[in-house]
Amino acid sequence: MANIAYSQRSSTFKRVAVYITGRLVMMFATVVIGVFLTILIANMGGYVDEIQRGIIREDVSQAANQNLSLRSLTSEERMHWVNEQIILREKQLGLDKPFMVRAVKFMKDALTLNLGRAQRMTSDKGSQMVRDIILERLPPTLILFGISGLLLFVVEIWIALGLSRHYGGFWDKLFVFLAPASTSPAWFYGIFLILIFAAMLGILPFGGMMDAPVPDNWVDYTLSLLRHMILPLVAVTLSQIFLNTYNWRTFFLIYSNEDYVEMAKAKGLPSRVIEREYIMRPTLPTIITSFALTLIGLWQGFIIMETVFNWPGMGRAYFQAVQFFDVPVIVGMTVINAYMLAITMFILDFIYAILDPRVQVANQGGNQ
Amino acid sequence: MNNFFHELRKYPSVIASLILISFLIGVSIYAITTIPYEEAKRLWRGGEEIWYTNPRQAAPEWINWFSKNKQAVSFSLRTTNPGVSRTILTEENGNSEIIFSIPFDYQYDSFPQELMIYFSSTFTAKQPYADVTLITPDGREIHLNNFALINRQTYRLSQDDRLTRWLRNDNVLQALFRDPQVETPTPLKGSYSVVISAYTFEANSTVDVELVMHGTLAGWAGTDHLRRDLSVALLWGTPIALAFGLLAALGTTFTTMVIAAIGAWYRGWLDELIQRVTEINLVLPFLPLLLMIGTFHSRSIWVILGATILLNIFGGAIKTNRAIFLQIKESPYIEAARVYNASDIRIILRYLTPRLIPTLIPQLVTLIPTYVFIEASLAVLGLGDPELPTWGKVINDAFVNSAPYQGLYYWMLEPAVMLIITSLAFAMLGFSLDRIFNPRLRQI
Repeated sequence: MANIAYSQRSSTFKRVAVYITGRLVMMFATVVIGVFLTILIANMGGYVDEIQRGIIREDVSQAANQNLSLRSLTSEERMHWVNEQIILREKQLGLDKPFMVRAVKFMKDALTLNLGRAQRMTSDKGSQMVRDIILERLPPTLILFGISGLLLFVVEIWIALGLSRHYGGFWDKLFVFLAPASTSPAWFYGIFLILIFAAMLGILPFGGMMDAPVPDNWVDYTLSLLRHMILPLVAVTLSQIFLNTYNWRTFFLIYSNEDYVEMAKAKGLPSRVIEREYIMRPTLPTIITSFALTLIGLWQGFIIMETVFNWPGMGRAYFQAVQFFDVPVIVGMTVINAYMLAITMFILDFIYAILDPRVQVANQGGNQ
Repeated sequence: MNNFFHELRKYPSVIASLILISFLIGVSIYAITTIPYEEAKRLWRGGEEIWYTNPRQAAPEWINWFSKNKQAVSFSLRTTNPGVSRTILTEENGNSEIIFSIPFDYQYDSFPQELMIYFSSTFTAKQPYADVTLITPDGREIHLNNFALINRQTYRLSQDDRLTRWLRNDNVLQALFRDPQVETPTPLKGSYSVVISAYTFEANSTVDVELVMHGTLAGWAGTDHLRRDLSVALLWGTPIALAFGLLAALGTTFTTMVIAAIGAWYRGWLDELIQRVTEINLVLPFLPLLLMIGTFHSRSIWVILGATILLNIFGGAIKTNRAIFLQIKESPYIEAARVYNASDIRIILRYLTPRLIPTLIPQLVTLIPTYVFIEASLAVLGLGDPELPTWGKVINDAFVNSAPYQGLYYWMLEPAVMLIITSLAFAMLGFSLDRIFNPRLRQI
């Protein structure tokens, strides 16, 4: 008996290992292709190269005009100097190599998280390393949108459970009625809030993360941070809470109508137990997926929010990178996003398998 | 069908949203018929020649309805306007005197920003000569200035140094329009009149004038920093937003559905390929890619529309649709179709996909505002279409020119209200349709 159990376990282990390897390879291939496509688009078929060449030419000619030691040279000699400088700079940026060669090298570096140097952007501390720029901009985004994402998620589910308990009640009807309000994005609510609370009433700041002289003690620092966070938080809340709560509520309603829930009710189990064991438990995989995807989707949606609220985070940095044609920064951020997405999906597969006994890891292979 | 409409009547939100949508469609039709596409582009690009009659950043006229303190409304009067008279007295030697009398009513509590007279004249050698007088409601005749005319000439009262010195007031308009009996500067209300006597010294020489007053209000929508009338953008923004939202929603929803059906029907490598492409597409960040396309490639709204559709076809919806199709595929009626040798394409297009339409239509309607907002979002980041007037571009202009700091709320609120109407109308309709088409939830 023990032997059979053991062999079964070992074969399960083997199948799981094969499955995991397959998924990993698939995920990695997905990330590679995704990143490569981003590099292609970020270069627009050599268009960005032309822009960069133009910028270099302008920079160098300007430097030549200002360089006093070049005044004595003849115009031909000066042209020669300018051309040499241009070639040198282009080599520095790798513009002398054909695009495909660069793209492949670029991708290799990106995938190994060797993100390289930004072409025009710098971090506030003055570093040109893409890694420093991203690391510097990450905390503001995490503080604001991490907190709002987490809080909203918990609150939404909590409200939704309450609503599904009192189906058809006043609050339920209110949320159903307000659900269409969530089709407007957060920045849209943002401009209204700025208009009302910053421009008309003047009680909250227009944007930014800190008061102009940065407070030196941590109490004032935190208070200033919180004051600047109110409007973006409210905007995000307004744009999400109604629709998400409505969706969760509908979702819970479907599950609370299953036969086994009726059965539990008939048994006279307390409603808390029914909620936890009979409604939440089978919906947990969906809840977790949605939570993970919310977290990843954060920085995409907040490009505009951060621009509108002047919040010094990743989203605004990304937009600045696009405006500066700073391909390394664009690719760096995309790579990190792609990795996060892939890793999350991978972890999700596991959580699914653990939480949902119906998912049979081994037999299904790569197909969901 | 009758049943369907009967059902509709039970949902007041459907009626409300249908009213809003017909309003939007009405505005679109009005915009397209009164201002042709090319004309809209020309107006929106237009500079001083088109919009000289408007002041900069003037609030809309209806502000006066809500305020006791009536602000001056801008206007322009030509000789063709009723009330404006032109008398020509010709002498025998060919010289003539043309007297323009331009009366206007001034019933406002604030002073105008500027009063201008645009002269246009024709002559060969001898310049015509003009003499300008303002007659106030209390009968004072104030001689403003006289000068020789060139072909096109603008006389701006506020920039007339002679007048400034003579009135001993830097603010010429305030000095001219104030009530002399009252200590604090208050405008004298009543009918004013500008009388221009123009003298021509040649037989074929002509003179024409236009009186333009810049108040602090203009038009029913107000103006922006380039004197452009915002009504052009509000009107034309409607068909653009509707077209963008509708095309994007239709393009993505139906293509996605067909692709999912093909994958579910054929299975095998085709299905695998579709699955993998979807996964890759999910890794690609949508909005950041759109930003790149907008910045590097083209900001044209039609390019952005194409990119939006392409990037959304292989979205998460493929997975959900496919799962449903896999179930439908096993239904007996599909089996029957297979038995009588229906072609694959026929089965996919005629038997499989129609089953999904009831769930897709509410989704499609709800998606429309999402796409309208994508266009607006890009415009707010400064990546709006360079030629066409859109709501998002107006919001962006307002933000860039610091409208909220200056208290120019109308500038942001007007396009925002249009966006709200659009999003609410379609979202409400979509949600209600979902409850009508998929009544499973109603019984709970």
